[in-house]
Amino acid sequence: MGILSIIIKRLGLGVLTLFLVSIIIFLAVNMLPGDFAQALLGQAATPEAVAAIRADLGLDRPIANRYFDWLVGAARGDFGTSFAQANFSAYVGENSSSNYGSVATQLAPRFANTVFLASVTAVIAIPISLAIGILAALYRYSIFDRVANVSTLTSISSPEFFVAYILILVLAVLNPLLPSLSNIFDGMSFAERLEKTLLPALTLTLVVTAHMMRMTRAAIINLLASPYIEMARLKGLSPFRVIVVHALPNALAPIINVVALNLAYLITGVVVVEVVFVYPGIGQLFVDSVKIRDIPVVQACCMVFASAYILLNLLADIMAILSNPRLRIPK
Amino acid sequence: MTNTKPLLKIRDLQIDGISDETRSRIINKVSLDLYPGEVLGLIGESGAGKSTLGLAGMGFTRDGCEIVGGSIEFDGIDLVNSPLEKRRRLLGSRIAYVAQSAAASFNPSHKIMYQHTEAPVFHRKFSRIDAETDAINLYRRLRLPQPEMIGFRYPHQLSGGQLQRAMTAMAMSCRPDLIIFDEPTTALDVTTQIEVLSAIRDIVEQFSTAAIYITHDLAVVAQMADRIKVLLRGDEVEENTTRSMLKSPRESYTKSLWAVRSFERKQKPPAKTGATPVISLKNVTAAYAKNDPVVRDVSFDIHAGRTVAVVGESGSGKSTTARCITGLLPPLTGSISFDGTALPPDYRQRSNEQLRQMQMIYQMADTALNPRKKIGEIIGRPVEFYLGLTGREKRQRVEELLAQIELEPTEFIDRYPAEISGGQKQRIGIARALAAEPKFIICDEVTSALDQLVAEGILRLLTDLQDKMQLSFMLITHDLSTVRAIADEVVVMKDGIVVESGPKNDMFTPPHHAYTDLLLSSVPNMDPDWLDNLLASRGADNIGDAAIEKMNKN
Amino acid sequence: MTGTSGLIWLACVIAMSLLLRPIGRRVPIAQIQHACTGMSLGGAFGYSIAIATIYLMWWLYFVKELIFFQWFVQGVIGLGIAGYLFRLAGQHFGTDSSRKMFRQMPVTAALGIIIIIGYAIMSIFADWLAPYGQAEIFAKVNVLPGGNPDLGGDPAHLLGTDQIGRDLLSRLIYGGQNTVGIAFITTCLAFLIGTFFGFLAAALGGWFDQALSRIVDMLMSIPQLIFALLLMTIASAWAGSEKWLLTIYMVLIIAVLDATRVFRLSRAVGMNIVVMDFFEAAKLRGENMSYLIFKEILPNAFAPLLAEFGLRFCFVFLTIASLSFLGVGIQPPLADWGTMVKDLAQFINFAVFSPLTAALPLMAAGAIALLTVAVNFVVDWMLHRASGLRE
Repeated sequence: MGILSIIIKRLGLGVLTLFLVSIIIFLAVNMLPGDFAQALLGQAATPEAVAAIRADLGLDRPIANRYFDWLVGAARGDFGTSFAQANFSAYVGENSSSNYGSVATQLAPRFANTVFLASVTAVIAIPISLAIGILAALYRYSIFDRVANVSTLTSISSPEFFVAYILILVLAVLNPLLPSLSNIFDGMSFAERLEKTLLPALTLTLVVTAHMMRMTRAAIINLLASPYIEMARLKGLSPFRVIVVHALPNALAPIINVVALNLAYLITGVVVVEVVFVYPGIGQLFVDSVKIRDIPVVQACCMVFASAYILLNLLADIMAILSNPRLRIPK
Repeated sequence: MTNTKPLLKIRDLQIDGISDETRSRIINKVSLDLYPGEVLGLIGESGAGKSTLGLAGMGFTRDGCEIVGGSIEFDGIDLVNSPLEKRRRLLGSRIAYVAQSAAASFNPSHKIMYQHTEAPVFHRKFSRIDAETDAINLYRRLRLPQPEMIGFRYPHQLSGGQLQRAMTAMAMSCRPDLIIFDEPTTALDVTTQIEVLSAIRDIVEQFSTAAIYITHDLAVVAQMADRIKVLLRGDEVEENTTRSMLKSPRESYTKSLWAVRSFERKQKPPAKTGATPVISLKNVTAAYAKNDPVVRDVSFDIHAGRTVAVVGESGSGKSTTARCITGLLPPLTGSISFDGTALPPDYRQRSNEQLRQMQMIYQMADTALNPRKKIGEIIGRPVEFYLGLTGREKRQRVEELLAQIELEPTEFIDRYPAEISGGQKQRIGIARALAAEPKFIICDEVTSALDQLVAEGILRLLTDLQDKMQLSFMLITHDLSTVRAIADEVVVMKDGIVVESGPKNDMFTPPHHAYTDLLLSSVPNMDPDWLDNLLASRGADNIGDAAIEKMNKN
Repeated sequence: MTGTSGLIWLACVIAMSLLLRPIGRRVPIAQIQHACTGMSLGGAFGYSIAIATIYLMWWLYFVKELIFFQWFVQGVIGLGIAGYLFRLAGQHFGTDSSRKMFRQMPVTAALGIIIIIGYAIMSIFADWLAPYGQAEIFAKVNVLPGGNPDLGGDPAHLLGTDQIGRDLLSRLIYGGQNTVGIAFITTCLAFLIGTFFGFLAAALGGWFDQALSRIVDMLMSIPQLIFALLLMTIASAWAGSEKWLLTIYMVLIIAVLDATRVFRLSRAVGMNIVVMDFFEAAKLRGENMSYLIFKEILPNAFAPLLAEFGLRFCFVFLTIASLSFLGVGIQPPLADWGTMVKDLAQFINFAVFSPLTAALPLMAAGAIALLTVAVNFVVDWMLHRASGLRE
């Protein structure tokens, strides 16, 4: 009963955060000089054209109304109309909104691609980093630990594009094993898709693995210093059993946290890596939209990234609560 | 007994501690023989190396320690040079360990029973079912409540005393030949400690297990051990059977340890009736959360030049009372007055003069002194802040204060807290309080983190200062020997209520309130027969948690 | 083919790990014997993998003669020697405490320190070090690096020129000044904001702390790079054609976003100090807020904050480099490493014919990586030292 109310509270907090974040994103965009219409048509546009677009996009209505329209739309998956598409139709002189390309149709396939990239990365990175992290904690201060420490520090410190170009150099240019451009389109087979995704996924893996491995190591070492681990050793248990039976169950909460944090980190990493490999994901779309100031798309991408980030953190919190017997079974 | 082979034989053992660049000797050529069924008490102050020696008896060294010489033999098996696997097979099955903090030494993720049966199953001594049946028997023997059920709970669902007994049962699970007890009762309240002591002794005798009992408390070791070995900074001081050691210690260090307990200042005559108390609490009730008062309806007076000891176990509300007096926790109801005038409840509303008159000395000297300030600055700040002295005058005053607390001024004034010992830090804390030239000082467990000899020095210093400056002390403590040593009046607290109060001498002579009686009778005595006599007179059901439960029912 | 050779390798490693311990125990050197007695099977496996890796590296270096791998190995060994020598020098010169510090310092930390010093010198004296100005345009475009006229190079432009004829070596040096300098200013700004509010929240507590913490929670629930990109979109509209304004906006945006993290840490550090008895003693003495913050909290928070400064600098530096790489960060004509990587990226495809040309984008990216690695090495050592002192 106690734990249920904790989880419900946490869920409520997550929803509230999401709501507030949507306000921040919406308001941020309204800080633009002039407004959408001005930004859309540029300084040279005639006042009539600006007014027409403004009416067409509903910009003449109060900000609160527009926010709620946007929020309700966003909740249904409708993020409005992309400027890039609207731009074209405005110059042609068509005003029927049904002809505007919607943000959602642009976003959906790219979102699926990004999720695919993130999943491939997670599948490679999580087992490797947990294994190396536990090993490094077990053999801490050994040569293996030092080498792992130095190389992970190096890989964390490097910008994603450095790692990406090194991988391109080694795996695509010098040894043409993998394609350096990830041109993915509909109707590709899974194997083809995987091949095109592998290089960006490897890049992300290198960066994320380093983070995850270091955090896992720190969490386990922290645990290994606790008296109950000494007690387990003094019971004459094998080192393997000490780790698996005594350290791991307690390390679960920190490890879940590590994994969730790094999946959340992937979201940021994905932007740069998608640009390097021209991977048709949401990150690439986001950067392109930022450059041409396609506000509705920028807003939508932001919302998607922020939601994923908040949801992952929420998930981590709830799993951590569930794995703790102190919270699961009250006194 | 002398005919049999020793079970554990340690010869000229040397252990080094390694940190960064420096290597220091922790154990210096100590030898030890332990025969089957015998209990050896290891005593010494902190840093004596008793835990390191105890763990070495298992062939185990903590990280950062290294055996550099000597031999350890358990039942003919070399514990220094044997292969890892061979040594590991002994641990848990033939040599078991009981740690200081049972709450931290039980894995929070597993049930007690799982942890109990782990060693016997792993070492293939018993099947899981046999081990579980045996565990329930042991729990019953150790007087744990609901022995059939308690094993199937998680550690956080048990109390500290219960966990310590469960850990003793766990050590017994493989019927080992030797158990190392590493300060098993240090973290417990006195009333709980006695229950654990009787449980440990009962079970060790029952299975005639050999044991090494490590502690800093002489009275405890007197109850538990057949022989006592005294250690001082890694060196052996002396070893003898318990009775002759207690009766006639040979070395001067041992004698001084024994003498600590005899320090007792005479109780001062009670203050004149009608005299204005320095501090007076009237019906104080205070709470951290609403509707859950931690302290209820507390009233007592502290007169000029007197020491009032507020005694109670953890959670009794004694520290909360102090927070009310200092104004950190404004009471919900009731009033606190100083020299007859009521103090504002919140310290932020008090004048600097009112703040100056009331100072505090803390339990943990480590956190009480700002590690980034030199001693001179720490003591100098109140001098400057309250008395307005600066420059030469301030330095002179600081030097006077250092001399007062018996530290060489020129040597200490430019040092940082990290560079001095625990006892010296506590003296600096006293000097900082004195620097404000107060009338009233709250001493919050000032000696409980210190070794006995050092603690005694601090207590003597406090009483000297009191006589010189007519200070009033409020002494918060759980340790009755401290009370006996320097208090004039005693206030006994339990669960936020004052149970009994009055002059010290009355407190230590019957009749007592039931709780005071339990508290007093639970403090171990140097007499080796004390525990036997106590159990005989009170009965095993009338000590510890069981007794408190009974009391609450009435 | 690769599958079978992989299997053979694996079999060799396993066989070696089984044989390593029995052989080691018979080696007539006491230390090796001792090590092999205490070694577990897992440890032996680890050593076997290490031996196999070293053999593989030897083979790649001397038999295959891979030029990029050779450069890499030479670089790592060179840097290692530099760090070692620097530490050796530190152990013999300076005060007692500095010598002691150098004796306990790992080589990586020593290396980190000299790299940081090197970058600082390069950034401060860029005007003297760079052969040409950062925006100076020459007639010769797309000169290849290496300085050999027969291979399309020019001795006057050691690293060649870019597509509009700017000297790449100069731009690399100036890029350091701009990127490092801007990141440094941004980090300082973030720290001023973050620590001020963080300590204030810790010392005051109550509604002030609650309100600030909730706001910061909110700002932190949007991933930083994403938020920065969103705000940069708006900033670019405000800046219009004034490109330098955009750089200023970027500094402000990143400083504010990063200040949230500094706030979190300084508040947490402050909270730990506030509950200490010495802080309570100062409070009960009647000290005012500025004394409490500057005399009681700040001196004790210095070490963790310094380490955090290093980490935050890395983060800011990488964020700025990423923004520039994406084309919305530091704007031309200022040279900067992120933009250089973007502009030179396609040269990587020439790796087979002209390794030096392909190395150009990697040089700019590597320059970013090297500095962050160096800072991280130093911070890692500082944190390790701090945790050691606490025990």
